Formats: sequence, structure tokens, C-alpha cells
Amino acid sequence: MASDLPNSFVRLTELRLDDARALLSRDAAISLPEQQQDPTTYIQNVIDGLCELSLKDPLTGLSNRRHFRAMQERTIDAVARSGEPALLLLLDIDHFKKVNDTHGHLAGDQVLQTVAQSLAKCVRPMDTLARYGGEEFAVILPNCHTNYGATVAERIRHAVESLSIEISPSARLKVTISVGGAYAPEWIRSTISLWTERADLQLYRAKAGGRNCVFLDKQEEIYVSAEEKNLLLGHLALGEPAWLENIPVDAPGAPTGGAGQRVN
Amino acid sequence: MSDAIKIAVSDKTATPVPLSPSGKVLAVTSGKGGVGKTFVSANLAAALAKLGHKVLVLDADLGLANLDVVLNLYPKITLHDVFTGKAKLEDAIVRAPGGFSVLLAGSGMVEYSRLTPEVRDDFLRIMNGLVPHYDIVLLDTGAGISDVVLFAVSLASEVIVVATPEPTSLTDAYATIKVLIGQQKRQNIRIVINQAARLGDGRAITLQLQQVLDRFVTTEPGRPIKLVHMGDIPADTAVRQAIMRRQLLIQATPSCPAALAIGQLALKIEEAVITRRR
Repeated sequence: MASDLPNSFVRLTELRLDDARALLSRDAAISLPEQQQDPTTYIQNVIDGLCELSLKDPLTGLSNRRHFRAMQERTIDAVARSGEPALLLLLDIDHFKKVNDTHGHLAGDQVLQTVAQSLAKCVRPMDTLARYGGEEFAVILPNCHTNYGATVAERIRHAVESLSIEISPSARLKVTISVGGAYAPEWIRSTISLWTERADLQLYRAKAGGRNCVFLDKQEEIYVSAEEKNLLLGHLALGEPAWLENIPVDAPGAPTGGAGQRVN
Repeated sequence: MSDAIKIAVSDKTATPVPLSPSGKVLAVTSGKGGVGKTFVSANLAAALAKLGHKVLVLDADLGLANLDVVLNLYPKITLHDVFTGKAKLEDAIVRAPGGFSVLLAGSGMVEYSRLTPEVRDDFLRIMNGLVPHYDIVLLDTGAGISDVVLFAVSLASEVIVVATPEPTSLTDAYATIKVLIGQQKRQNIRIVINQAARLGDGRAITLQLQQVLDRFVTTEPGRPIKLVHMGDIPADTAVRQAIMRRQLLIQATPSCPAALAIGQLALKIEEAVITRRR
């Protein structure tokens, strides 16, 4: 931690912070650190601000693709360890090019921002919502049971469909989204590309299936319930006394045959 | 080997595995790590070689397996060099002390522990080239259920799940079996219980696993799941000693209970898995 760094006094006046401050001042969501703060706090605030900028999409304020990929990686780890299901949704605004072509890019931006706000209201704080590309959004829903995935995706689709987006004082627009989703295979350490590929395939099916609809990858249930575990391990209660009798005599103290055999 | 095999090679080069009838592929896997999967693979290979079979063990954990440690082998050329085109496949195959052949992944293969289409293709190509030359190929897969492990197992005609009688090992083995049934539509899965405390443990555990599966996993009609108990390897202090000395158990102490059990297991595998050509 801090002890790894050289123990020196940084002179703020010699640091070239202009670019960083300009970046921070342009982004309304991040307040520029006050200059009269103590130097360490000041630099910390600049760093925090830059970190936040590097993870956010400037137009919508959602996570950007970089942050999303990191979260995807983290979720894959968690799913492989815990077996808790996680759902990846890819959402794409239908016929977005038409919006841009007909109403101009400012209207397009307005649509993206309004849809983003609407999506943000549909997800839990633990979910990661990102602008994935042009008019494509993505959500990771950790701890999302396979029974609920379709409901959540449908709720999101419906929320966007019911929006009436004001693109000018005199004009309002309606848009729809297509949604494709795939679960991270439970207990399995997947890869970002494989997981995304499966969700992408479903998004493609949603587009081909007429848009404004939800397609989810069918997931084999490999959830091991408490009931299954109980049934599975019930016999161990019977087996235990015999185990104790079988501790080898030539190994005083701790029972052997465990750690020693753990080769792989 | 005989002309029959050469014909098989030329016939099968374009066919994706599985598999040529002249070579059987057996994946050795487990849910949990540390249950003795590599120990079983290596000693089973030696026992099968002793029965006169031409055996290859392939490190399908792609660089994370400890086959090299168990066998005390550190070849200069590994699967990694074959993947990167630096060496020929034949040069990466080494002779293990137990009279069988080994293809080690090499530490550089860690980067392949993430399955990509390229790794898939390379692996398939290599398997296609190898399988016809052996009576049996053992795939020593990684612990846990990763894409790589599932892919490796999918190349095998038969799969052994190794477990110990511990609750965590059994739960993980159960989860693995469920995945193999769901993803690969496997019907027969073979069970080996390592570190068995007493006679009959393995049979009881297999029955237990089977009953829970029957109750919780629905399969297509007419395609029941069958767990086949292949044998128990008793907890035996000789195992620890052999491992510490980095010797094969069936060579170091061939008459200890665990070594005898592995000999029995080899006979059962021979009977059930290896296609007899005579």
C-alpha cells in the first residue's frame, strides 16, 4: 500500500493537472475538487474523478464497455465459485438509425439518454448497466434465478415501450428495444466472449423475430438444491463411526489419507 | 502397430472425434480438486499398460494439471510447442515410468485455460491425430467445471468421475454429473471413489448419487441415466508415501491395498471400455 510509494512531498504547483481539471470540469456529474483542500485530499479527489470518468459513458452516464467487461469477468468468477446464476442481457434500440436520419443526431442523443434513464430505473443497485455500443445497452444481473430472468427482461422491454420521448418542444417519439439474454453457466468458469456470444445470438433472434421482444438462451438447470444435498449426504451420518475406526494406526495424531493424497 | 490401425487413420482423419473404434477416449474428471484425479489417471494408465495396452495420458487441464509433478517428468517439448507450431506432435509425446505415453501441456499452456475457438480447433486436431494410435487415451481434466474441462470431456467416449467420500467432494461430483447429463446428454457415467474408508463405501455412494439423480433430473424417455460404480481405492498410507517420493503407486508398492484396487479398476476398464481387436 502506501509504504510501497516513495516517501516524498509532492508539490501541487509542479504537477501538470490542467488536463485532468479540464476533463473533470467538463463533466457535470463530477465536482471539481476545491483548491483550498489539503493536498492529499485534493489529489485523491482528482484521481477519483478520473477513475469515475474512465468507467462512465459520457452521454448516458451509464457504465462504459471497459467497466462492463471488468464486471463481466468478476461475475464469471463469482458464478463459477458460488453456482449462483447470473444473467447477461443485451438490449438494442430498434430502428435507431431511422431516428438519427429523420430527426437528427441531437434527437438520437435524447433518445439514448431517456432510454438509459428508463433502464436504470428497472435494475437493482447490484446490477451493472452499461452502454455497450452505439444504440446497444447491456446489463449483468447477478443472483438472478432462471425463473425470474424472463420477467425482468420483459419488464425492461415494456418500460422502454411505454416511454414517450420529448425530442423537441413540439415532437415526441416512441421507441422499442429488442432484448437477447444468456445465463452464465452455473458452476462453470465461462469466458466473456462465449457468454456474450450466446446473448448476442439471442439478440439476433429477437431482431429477426420482429423486434420489440425478448429472447433468452435456454439454460440447463444445474442448481443443486438444499434438498438434493441433504438426500445426497444423508448416508454420511451412518458412515462416520466407521471412518473413525479406520484411522491408520501408524499415523499418530491427525487422521491421514486426506491431504497426502491430494495430488491434483 | 498393425495395418488395421493405419487404415483407420486415413479413414478417420476428416471425421471429428468421437471417435475411431480403434481408440477409446476416457476422461477422468471430478467436481472438486484434490480428490486424487491425477493420481488415479497416472496409476490407472500404468496398470492398463501392464495389461499390455498401448496407453496415452493427455494433460487436458492445459497447463494446470500436475501430471508432470506426479510422474516426475519435465520434458523439453510440450503440447504448448505443438500448439505454437514449434514442434511436431510426435516429439511432445514422452514415455512415462509406468510404460505408457504422456502428452504434457507445459506451463505455457496456462494461457489456453480459457477456451477459444482456436484452442478448440487445435485440441480437436491433435486428438484426431492421436486417438487412432492408442488402445486407450486418458484425459486428465482440470478440477471444477470449466469450459475447457467440459470441452475435454466432450471429446471422450467414456467419463470417470473421481470423488472422495467427503460431503464437499460428493456435492461437487453431483453437480458435475448433472452438467454432463444436461450439456452432453450422457447416459453412462462411471464413478471411482478414492480414499474409501471401508469396503462398500463406493457402492453405497454411487447408489445414493443415482437415487438423487433419478429424483431430480428428468431425462428424455427411454434414456435413463446410469451411474456405474467402477471401484473403490481404499485410503492407504502407501499412497501418500508414493506421492511424496513422486513414484507411481503400482510400481513403488504393487501389493498395497490401494495398488491392488487400481489393478482391479484397470481390469474393469479394460472389460468395459477398451475394444478388443482379437
